[in-house]
Amino acid sequence: MIAEATRGQLTFSTIEPGSGLDSALERPPADALGRIEASGLRGRGGAGFPTSLKWDLAIKSTGDKKYVICNADEGEPGTFKDRVILSDFADLIFEGMTVAAYVIGARHGIVYLRGEYAYLRSHLETVLRRRRAQNLLGNNIRGRDGFDFDIEIRMGAGAYVCGEETALIESLEGQRGEPRNRPPFPIDTGYLGNPTIVNNVETFAWVVCIMAKGAKWFKDIGTEKSTGLKLFSVSGDCSRPGVYEFPMGITVAELLERVGGQGAKAVQVGGAAGQCVPAAQFDRTIAFEDVPTGGSIIVFGPGRDMLRVAANFLEFFADESCGQCTPCRLGTPKLIEGIKKLQQGRCSMQHLRELCALGETMKLASKCGLGQTAPNAFLTIVDNFREEILGRA
Amino acid sequence: MLVTEQERLRDDLVKMADRFGRDRSALMPMLQLLKQTRYHISEYAMQVIADLLDIHPVEVSSVVSFYSFLEDKPQGQFVIRLCRTIACDMRGSDSVARQLVNDLGIDFGETTPDGKFTLEWANCLGMCDQGPAMLVNENIYTQVTPEKVHYILDECRSAFGIHATADKEH
Repeated sequence: MIAEATRGQLTFSTIEPGSGLDSALERPPADALGRIEASGLRGRGGAGFPTSLKWDLAIKSTGDKKYVICNADEGEPGTFKDRVILSDFADLIFEGMTVAAYVIGARHGIVYLRGEYAYLRSHLETVLRRRRAQNLLGNNIRGRDGFDFDIEIRMGAGAYVCGEETALIESLEGQRGEPRNRPPFPIDTGYLGNPTIVNNVETFAWVVCIMAKGAKWFKDIGTEKSTGLKLFSVSGDCSRPGVYEFPMGITVAELLERVGGQGAKAVQVGGAAGQCVPAAQFDRTIAFEDVPTGGSIIVFGPGRDMLRVAANFLEFFADESCGQCTPCRLGTPKLIEGIKKLQQGRCSMQHLRELCALGETMKLASKCGLGQTAPNAFLTIVDNFREEILGRA
Repeated sequence: MLVTEQERLRDDLVKMADRFGRDRSALMPMLQLLKQTRYHISEYAMQVIADLLDIHPVEVSSVVSFYSFLEDKPQGQFVIRLCRTIACDMRGSDSVARQLVNDLGIDFGETTPDGKFTLEWANCLGMCDQGPAMLVNENIYTQVTPEKVHYILDECRSAFGIHATADKEH
């Protein structure tokens, strides 16, 4: 349905459906978890929380009903790798969820699919039906007595903030998608008050690869703190945009060379919530310990107006802010006002400093990741492109 | 016996509540299906849903107002959502936007008087490598140009009532 956007072969296409689950079922759940832990896999949605730790907390959490939720609310500007996984490798997602269910002892799985991707739903339902027929879902999975697990698909309705796990759970419960205070964390008080793990689409797919190919294979790729491979969604001013698979720890310069983005003046890593890396820092690495990302890479060529970029990101956040907490609700429009002043060349240095201080306040005082990251792009652009944005005619 | 539109709507909603389960977590699926089939989430519908799920109508209304894909005013049979986020902006979504306004004769946030088209902005549609992108109901169109706008709208008009498919675009 959608034009193929992947570049080169992805590891996901080499994995036989069923092989990861069979490998997990060969060992007790604790050993399967041990394999994930040994691989060093960290959440692929962007925050990078260790996957095995999250699952371990859910195991220890008391409750007879546990949930496995797949966060398919891919809304970060510049990210589209989950769409490709959903359309081309849906088996791996459902299989990763099934492995998770085996490990934590869950019987119910939910895929929270963003409303914008509704056109993928019928394909996903078809794959689910086939997996049920193959005994990869349902009762006594793969002939294992008492291992029952099934997955349903629930739709989002156009709210970026629902990518935050507690807001996602609120939305599933029929509420406004407003993030909750944490703690309590979903691992003990999640969907309908039950222990719940929420993982990104890509995380589940890597779980299956690790089960099939072993922890060492994954651990040997990438850096010490950011192991393994990662999908990247590349867009903007480059000659070969699309979805790529790179090892964690790749430098921005190496990445640009691969995608045909040489000569760029800046790269936005991590989407609107991420940071803007200027050309002088292209030797930095894309990894949780340096520049983290959920996979969004937007390349800005020499002719791009960085103020327009900052304005676009802030308008995005102003629109998507849930309005629950003051720093985010009022901070984003204030920063937009500031950008308008900068665009008209009427912003004093004193005012710009105040705007930056406001940005820092938002990072500290906002309730959830949305407000805490909303000023990032603005602050890094102001930091790195001062000559370009000050004193405009 | 005369069955009024309101009774028909109520019957539909009761069926939906039975299908999705009569608790609060059925709220979103009900609202989404209602919007998809009737293009409108009316005050009356919200009241009926509230009764069925045993919650206050204000709770329903506040959920409807929160999500950008749910609306309490009537929308067109074809809801067009043009992506305005950075990658599509860099690939010229603003000229597509102007052409949409010109060809439909309405502004963003409005519905054509014949009730066929609603024009809305969308945030990142996840088609950043193939922008400018837009959704028409559930179908995605990529690499939209001002010229293509006309063909896409024509396709909607001729396939009235039938969902256009993305494959037909090229």
